[in-house]
Amino acid sequence: MTAKAGKFKLRFDFWSIVKYTAIVLLIVFLVYPTFRLFFLSISDNKGGFTLKYFKTFFTKAYYYRTLKNSFATSGITTVFAILLGVPMAYITTRYNIWLKKTIDILVIMSLMSPPFIGAYSWIVLLGRNGFVTKLFEKIGITIPPIYGFGGIVLVFTLKYFPYVYLYVSGALKSIDRSLEEAAENLGSGKLRRILTITLPVIMPTLGASAIMVFMSSLADFGTPMLIGEGYKVLPVLVYEEFMSEMGGNANMAGALSIIVILCSTTVLLLQKYVISRKNYMMNATRPPAVIEVSKGKKLLLTSLCMFVTILAFLPQVVVIVTSFIKTNGPIFVEGFSLGSYEKIFYKIPKNIANTFIFSFIAIAIIVVFGMLLSYLFVKRKSKTTGMLDVLVMLPYVIPGAVLGVSMLVAFNKPPLMLSGTAAIMIIAYVIRKMPHTVRSSTAILYQIDPSIEEASINLGVSPMKTFFKITAPMMAPGVLSGAILSWITTINELSSSIMLYGGKTATISVSIYTEVVRSNYGTAAALASILTVTTMLSLVLFNRVSKGKVSVV
Amino acid sequence: MSYNVKICNVIKRYGDFTAVNDVSLDIKEGEFFTLLGPSGCGKTTLLRMIAGFNSIDEGKIFFGDKLINNIDAHKRDVGMVFQNYAIFPHLNVYDNVAYGLKARKVPKDEIHTRVMEALKTVQIEDLKNRKPSELSGGQQQRVALARAIVIKPGVLLMDEPLSNLDAKLRIQMRTVIRKLQKELNITTIYVTHDQEEALAISDRIAIMNKGRLMQVDKPTTIYQKPENIFVAGFIGTSNFIDGTVTKIDGDMTANIKLNAGLEFSMKLKKNITGPVQISIRPEQFIIKDANEPGISGEIQMYTFLGDFVAYEVELSNGQTVNVNEYTKDIEFVRPIGEKVSLTFDTNKINVFTQDGTEVVS
Repeated sequence: MTAKAGKFKLRFDFWSIVKYTAIVLLIVFLVYPTFRLFFLSISDNKGGFTLKYFKTFFTKAYYYRTLKNSFATSGITTVFAILLGVPMAYITTRYNIWLKKTIDILVIMSLMSPPFIGAYSWIVLLGRNGFVTKLFEKIGITIPPIYGFGGIVLVFTLKYFPYVYLYVSGALKSIDRSLEEAAENLGSGKLRRILTITLPVIMPTLGASAIMVFMSSLADFGTPMLIGEGYKVLPVLVYEEFMSEMGGNANMAGALSIIVILCSTTVLLLQKYVISRKNYMMNATRPPAVIEVSKGKKLLLTSLCMFVTILAFLPQVVVIVTSFIKTNGPIFVEGFSLGSYEKIFYKIPKNIANTFIFSFIAIAIIVVFGMLLSYLFVKRKSKTTGMLDVLVMLPYVIPGAVLGVSMLVAFNKPPLMLSGTAAIMIIAYVIRKMPHTVRSSTAILYQIDPSIEEASINLGVSPMKTFFKITAPMMAPGVLSGAILSWITTINELSSSIMLYGGKTATISVSIYTEVVRSNYGTAAALASILTVTTMLSLVLFNRVSKGKVSVV
Repeated sequence: MSYNVKICNVIKRYGDFTAVNDVSLDIKEGEFFTLLGPSGCGKTTLLRMIAGFNSIDEGKIFFGDKLINNIDAHKRDVGMVFQNYAIFPHLNVYDNVAYGLKARKVPKDEIHTRVMEALKTVQIEDLKNRKPSELSGGQQQRVALARAIVIKPGVLLMDEPLSNLDAKLRIQMRTVIRKLQKELNITTIYVTHDQEEALAISDRIAIMNKGRLMQVDKPTTIYQKPENIFVAGFIGTSNFIDGTVTKIDGDMTANIKLNAGLEFSMKLKKNITGPVQISIRPEQFIIKDANEPGISGEIQMYTFLGDFVAYEVELSNGQTVNVNEYTKDIEFVRPIGEKVSLTFDTNKINVFTQDGTEVVS
């Protein structure tokens, strides 16, 4: 009897406090804004119920075309990313080509680079006044315009194919040699082996990476905004509807946001139930053999891979180079100078400081909460924590621009008047980047044997103290590496920032955007260079901390 | 100070499944007590209930006079050695062993003396600055042991501590554990599925199956006088032969007729007639020439194992039995196909009821 009585005692222990605090915060800052957005989308100006915004969306070409455009750009990008990523992954894992390390590093850097510098750089190269465009004009060749559908797909593909490359390389390396040897032993030729064994085995991974490409393209705001011009995709339309000074329509923006969320949710569910169904857990004791090829072949394969890699990495080079070119207003002129840097440090030092301060605070919160929450999800499983898990992961399907809109809608009047403050930016960052940290922390926790904690408890240390003395230090390297990756994506964050920034809270990425819009390419380049260099340094730090044990994707 | 451990009618359920079913044990102070059984028999569940990692659904557990049902795991004063050792990977050997003492706020000087003493006891004082990743399996095992005994717990629990070691090291470590336990005179509850290990190391063994206790006894008794067919089959190898008690006298001398065709008489403890099961260990069979009285059979296969030869003998009723013959007693290995006659000493066999739940000899 005594044993049972204990169960019904209401216990406000440490973990309950964590659990309920997290629930309250998520309801206030995630659920409530999303609901506000939803109600906005189905209410008319007098507060009555209406579906006219959705009706407008699906009847007016101006609106529904963006949905088509979003799917077209994301879909085509995904196809191209697979066509680039899979062969490259196969070549680098199976052939003894040169520069494998360099390729990996450059590809990772391209993936982690600020999201819109691709668009910026390709405009600088191939835009109306682009370097390459002008060069070709001199010899009488007109290059087709980069703006619109083609430009978006080009930039997306080069930016996101690394997902496919990195995921698939990982999968290809983890297939045990014996699998293909068995197929060969059973009389199957090389092509047949690839088609019947290798490809099916990596299929789930390939699917997961394809979804990553698709979702990232679908949610990307900066690239289509800069390079799309007349060719509008959904996130851009959300921004314009909400922000445009003349005739902006918050309700319409709400309806658009709901449609975006539905799209990405559908895609994610599709992945969950179609692709992740069959996942082959593998741990190669003998990784596949690397095939030695002749010098000529080796050179050809290396050049092919390096060509794609350099193309993907090019924007970062362009940004850094152009940041040192002399400018005269919007025009680049002959010669080098530090003028662009002088301008930004003189004009907008605050924005630079904001970026780092906001991101740092956000990451600190994310790390603490991420570790505690993942612990709840793994070790204190219950219905409540299951619900909490779903809540925390919700931002996966909410693009930054949409999250920004929802928070603006929710917190633009008392009691929580947050718009224009630093707090709303930091909260948005925390909510947006939390899923990644929670996911990686959860994975790390699952690898820690439960008996290690039990050993500590058994030696007389309470469960809560055990978490801080044993579990947390063991999780730290993994979580820290994850935090560095989140840090990188946070300093580069544009889509939610552009919705939420006020006069005093603009960040570097917001400034880059506004500078590009004003055709101040020099200052934009200088700002982008700061982000690029910080990103590179952070990646170096990441490598140090993770010791190659944590993957960037 | 070591406790005696009293377990009274303890039950653990997981949904419809009863993992530990009404188990009662009385473990003496300083005793080396082993829970032995096949995987899934509830032995580890019971151990974890004693440690405080599994709640006790029904029943009571006492350390000495103290009821521990509602005491948190970290306040129970038990040492535990885990199957995978559970060495803290981010702490070196010294800090691993000192961990429990620090939690108990033992003064620093005393921590040092006690840690060094514990490391010395398990013979790894040279490794005190090593990281766990630099230790072999056997060394990690010693760290786990040192960490558990350094806090001088009232009870020491061990969950299959040797199962991850190779065969040679396993035998070496089990001697280390046995000596250490006697030296420290600490009440020890040891879980294993390895019957040989249990026989070698324990003062007493509790054999469990499907959550229930099958028998609690000294190793020799368990081996020689199993209380039921499960124990007879689980410990060592036994041949089970069907027979019938055709009549039983007032002084309990029963006449037993084996289906395989031998009739003999022996004393039973219980007045029963009708079908029974007889268990005979391979080494208790005596192989004689075919013309002598006994169960007649034919050698089907032999395996020469150095100190003895293991035969498979097919009896006249088609049943195959295992028979061992020691090399020192024979001059040659019997060829396949040889007709033989098997006999045994009735003092060395056990007779069970037909359902196997009760011994009657």
